Amino acid sequence: MRALLLAGTWLLFASCALDRSREALTFWALGREGEAVEQVLAGFRAEHPTLRLEVQQIPFSAAHEKLLTAIVGRSTPDVAQVGNTWIPELVALDALQPLDGWLTRVSVTRKENHFPGIWATNTLGEHLWGIPWYVDTRLLFYRKDLLARAGIQQPPRDWNEWLFAMRRLKEIGTGPYAMFLPLDDWVPLVAFTWQQEGDLVGQDLEPRFCDAPFRSALAFYLQLFREELAPVMGSAQVGNYYQRFADGWFAMYITGPWNLGEFRQRLPAPMATAWDTAPLPAPAGKPYPGVSLAGGSSLVVFRRSRHKEQALELVAYLARPAVQVAFYRATGDLPAHRQAWEDPALAGDPKLFAFRTQLERVRPLPMLPENERIVQHLWQKVEGAIRGVVHEEKLCRELNQEVSAMLAKRRWLMGKDR
Amino acid sequence: MSERTAGWFFIAPALVLLAVFFVLPATFGLALSLTDWDIYAVGNPRNARFVGLANFKTLLFDALFWRALLNTGYFVVVGGTLSVALSLVTALALHAWWLKGKGLFRTVFFAPVVLTVVAVAIVFRNLYGFDFGLMNRFLKLLGLAPIFWLGDPKWAMPAIILMAVWKNFGYNMVIFLAGLTTIPETLYEAARLDGASSWQQFRYVTLPGLRPTMLFVVTTTLIGYFQLFAEPYVMTNGGGPMNATLSLVLYMYKEGFRWWNMGYAAAVAVVLFAILLGITALSRKLLSREEV
Repeated sequence: MRALLLAGTWLLFASCALDRSREALTFWALGREGEAVEQVLAGFRAEHPTLRLEVQQIPFSAAHEKLLTAIVGRSTPDVAQVGNTWIPELVALDALQPLDGWLTRVSVTRKENHFPGIWATNTLGEHLWGIPWYVDTRLLFYRKDLLARAGIQQPPRDWNEWLFAMRRLKEIGTGPYAMFLPLDDWVPLVAFTWQQEGDLVGQDLEPRFCDAPFRSALAFYLQLFREELAPVMGSAQVGNYYQRFADGWFAMYITGPWNLGEFRQRLPAPMATAWDTAPLPAPAGKPYPGVSLAGGSSLVVFRRSRHKEQALELVAYLARPAVQVAFYRATGDLPAHRQAWEDPALAGDPKLFAFRTQLERVRPLPMLPENERIVQHLWQKVEGAIRGVVHEEKLCRELNQEVSAMLAKRRWLMGKDR
Repeated sequence: MSERTAGWFFIAPALVLLAVFFVLPATFGLALSLTDWDIYAVGNPRNARFVGLANFKTLLFDALFWRALLNTGYFVVVGGTLSVALSLVTALALHAWWLKGKGLFRTVFFAPVVLTVVAVAIVFRNLYGFDFGLMNRFLKLLGLAPIFWLGDPKWAMPAIILMAVWKNFGYNMVIFLAGLTTIPETLYEAARLDGASSWQQFRYVTLPGLRPTMLFVVTTTLIGYFQLFAEPYVMTNGGGPMNATLSLVLYMYKEGFRWWNMGYAAAVAVVLFAILLGITALSRKLLSREEV
């Protein structure tokens, strides 16, 4: 019975899909962006009066699975917003249309218009697979007033200054902790490794978790918990961290641009001048600012699209600086196009200065389909070290072993191709 | 047409459905478990290799798999036992002749069964909240320290068990209630005339009378609880903290649909299938044995 029902609904959906794909250009937009993108699409619709554009909103948490299922089921949209860490996977699935040839034809966007680290998330094997839409990175949100109370006027620029500031905050007792590093967030540790000029995975597709850069990054990271500068808690346990930040429960937090809007909205009004943003500190002797993660979303065109020309026009439209500024106003998502950053809406916001600086120093995750799996595995294993269940030495060896196993197939494939 | 062919005609639709939606996928899954079908093979099937029993061998030394198996076992044994016991107790209470408003209680206890797991899980996630959760409020009233219900590896599974038992016991309760009505009143009367205490009546009349019901309840509960998935998927971000709530099905799902290691995930499915088959056979054997 259940099977019958399933078959029935499948037929129903299949017929809908057929009907829809006839002439409409389909665009899958994710989560909040999916809700807001309509606001900037009026211009595109006006420029293409005969074209039917259908925007489908996909919840972010289900997007990855839905995309892969669509690829396997050969029912991909024409254009989609994708997290830029997914690109290697989509390339491995041979689902995307390379955009290099197209790029030479249009004048809207060029490599030079973009932040190099962000652009790098879209290039793989000599091809360009996506156009950055909005960008995202992590940096330091900190309580200026509490640091000032500890006698520190400038945000820390290197790890020593950073440690000193955190210890001072604890000493004068602004709150139980100086910093919030949620256990379920792998970004800080990965960024620290990059700041030590290390890699997660080498060119030979073997992991580098027993090399010096990762070891010193890990040691620094664990030290923050051992000295109780950061609580041994996940984001869910901390609950309402906006309130905690306002209370001074912690004074620093490594987070991304989406929290600019949230902090402004959720923190009590008098707090507005009490907090600020700063690029990540670098290890002593390494160039400032410290490297952070290249995040955000790109726009991709699918190989199976039957409306590639129109699809590319939509991508070009959304890549225009003016449209990106409008989109920033609608969502708070930071534009990928450098020219959009000259607009007063962005240039006039002092809390965005740090982002501008940081975005020049970002790095993508290893450009491997296994990238998400590696970092997920990383934080799960590292949680054991933070809680003191696993020794660091053992952790390094196990990580190398397990991540190496994840990449075995890829090594085989690369060897086969040669 | 002979009766025999007519019979085949009658069961043909069911057989076809079974073949298409069960036998075929199951065979396919079994075949898949012998390959290293993954994301690269989805892109190009020539990237798949036949690997024989290698997936099962890897599974044998996969700490995460054992962790998942252990967690599932914990959930089945503790959660399943609690669930069956609670259903039996509430069924007995609701069956008592003196109770008023049986219909109301029955409905109230059954209500959670029809709710969506995801909706319930979201509500429970709030109940288990550290700062503002109702559970910690209770603990505070009792003068106890608050617990990081879903964030502490020690407490996450008990928290999930508590929720699953609350959500599911109503179903078994209704089955037990139905079973209780099939026990003839005359048996109790005879037992009372022989001077049996209420405990003796329960032990020697009710329990044996419920044997077939018990077999059904235990088997379906075992199978159902072994397939723990939605609760950790929604409540603990898919198996956290430190994989304390990672279940077998969740592990299989993650390997298959998160990382696209279809071959490996199929191997997990085969193992799960074997375990369920074994346990079902065992429970049948134990419970259907005639008591002397």
